[in-house]
Amino acid sequence: MEDIKRQLTHSSKATKQDRYGKAIAFFCTFLIGLLVVSILYLVASRGLATFFKDHVSVWDFLTKQNWNPSQVDKNGSPLVGALPMIVGSFSVTIFSAVLATPFAIAMALFMTEIEPRRGTKFLQPVIELLVGIPSVVYGFVGLTIVVPVVRTVFGGTGFGILSGTLVLFVMVLPTITSMYVDSLRAVPRFYREASLALGATRWQTIYKVVLRASIPGLLTAIIFGMARAFGEALAVQMVIGNASLLPHNLISPASTLTSVLTTGMGNTVMGTLPNNALWSLALILLLMSLCFNLIVRYIGKKGRMAK
Amino acid sequence: MVNVITTHNVRLYYGDKEALHGIDLDFPKQKITALIGPSGSGKSTFLRCLNRMNDLTPGVTITGSFKLDGKDIYSPKTDVVELRKKVGMVFQQPNPFPFSVFENVAFGLRLAGIRDRKLIQERVETSLKQAAVWDEVKDKLNDNALSFSGGQQQRICIARVLAVQPEIILMDEPTSALDPVSAGKIEDLLLDIQDKFTIAIVTHNMQQASRISDRTAFFLDGKLVETGLTKQLFIAPKQESTSDYLNGKFG
Ligand SMILES: Nc1ncnc2c1ncn2[C@@H]1O[C@H](COP(=O)(O)OP(=O)(O)O)[C@@H](O)[C@H]1O
Ligand SMILES: [Mg+2]
Repeated sequence: MEDIKRQLTHSSKATKQDRYGKAIAFFCTFLIGLLVVSILYLVASRGLATFFKDHVSVWDFLTKQNWNPSQVDKNGSPLVGALPMIVGSFSVTIFSAVLATPFAIAMALFMTEIEPRRGTKFLQPVIELLVGIPSVVYGFVGLTIVVPVVRTVFGGTGFGILSGTLVLFVMVLPTITSMYVDSLRAVPRFYREASLALGATRWQTIYKVVLRASIPGLLTAIIFGMARAFGEALAVQMVIGNASLLPHNLISPASTLTSVLTTGMGNTVMGTLPNNALWSLALILLLMSLCFNLIVRYIGKKGRMAK
Repeated sequence: MVNVITTHNVRLYYGDKEALHGIDLDFPKQKITALIGPSGSGKSTFLRCLNRMNDLTPGVTITGSFKLDGKDIYSPKTDVVELRKKVGMVFQQPNPFPFSVFENVAFGLRLAGIRDRKLIQERVETSLKQAAVWDEVKDKLNDNALSFSGGQQQRICIARVLAVQPEIILMDEPTSALDPVSAGKIEDLLLDIQDKFTIAIVTHNMQQASRISDRTAFFLDGKLVETGLTKQLFIAPKQESTSDYLNGKFG
């Protein structure tokens, strides 16, 4: 009797282990959380200093076209117009995503619907390889092949948004494809069966059911690809020309938020305006990736499929 | 009595393994035929031969004769797409597409190339009424079909099949994933539509078979042990194994 009572009122070994496990998990989560918060704080405090300490107006920062943080204009306000970089970043991101999406859809369909066995056998390693190649290699290949080709075909220097787009296209293609493959595979088999049983052909089943059911997954994949493109620094920097000018066409030298950051980072002194201005660019990047994240979450919530 | 589908000496192999060992079973027009038998006895396998869903499973070989209205189902000239429009199928798990109710029911009509909006609307409404789910969805036709209960989803799936106006509807345990009330609604609707369609229904539920079917076929280990009018088969089975199964000696 006593024994039973003791057993019931004392926590068992399993319960204790459970508690330890939970404590460790909580601690790790807390550490990560702290890390994220400090990064956010660092970027935000430095990035906002441009506006609060150096009194640059946010509007000017976002819409002016002159980027030369160590100089001042005739009114004495510093030249920190980030519009060229913002336009550059968005252009290469959107163009490369738009270019990559049809290819990604075709490849993903090939791997899941049309030739699942052979398609996966050949394309899976290709995709993994493409993901694994360091971005400096992409940049190097872009510099030696893409830039000269663009120069010969379209004229100009070859550096610019077009070259950046083409390099990013190759870089986001595997991201979009592999994510979309996952969401195609997640389309339940019974949707296909139901469609075929209603007299749909295989092709009708693909585009009327499978593609349609996987639209949220496709959007998520594209957003992830765009996030990658938006944040890519090195490869873009090597082919875009790095001129902080508002791009008027696709083949004149331009710049992106990231390329300005990587080129400018080493040449400024902490706490000065030129340095703070770079942090402001970083803040924009951070906010954008937050945006991408929110969009992905929103799509994920809206587009749930049956299990 | 006219038979919509007749089958003779059906054998089916999964790879080298014979799963159906020579089955002869006919489906009389506008009657409900119940397929009963323990799990693994080949009921689903047989049913899926009738709309050639087994074509999708790799390694399946099928021999024997299958005729729909006298025409060979497995002839190389048969258009599988046309066949499946005539032979509809309802699955065990309710499987509406993740689209609106309307789009689900209209799916087959759009496949058939029907563009006339009024005709589509009419058919959708009629089918949902036949499937006894109209009153529950009529104000929510644009809601995602997945937002309804399992029983409603299954009736939407039935409406989706009815909209194509098939001759025969194959149902593989359509109520086994549902609660008794939802199952009862489906039984009622089957009784309502049986004068317009020929129905083949696999069921584990003996009461269900006896309540709704005109004829019953008892499957065991890939063989058709016995078939006959439901009343006769339930009251006076000819084979001992049928009687054992009906009395719950195995299952
Ligand atoms: N895809 C398959 N591959 C191999 N064997 C299968 C497959 N589907 C069913 N079988 C086998 O065929 C037999 C009949 O199965 P099934 O038709 O599903 O029975 P039931 O529907 O009566 O429960 C079982 O022995 C099962 O293991
Ligand atoms: Mg079965």
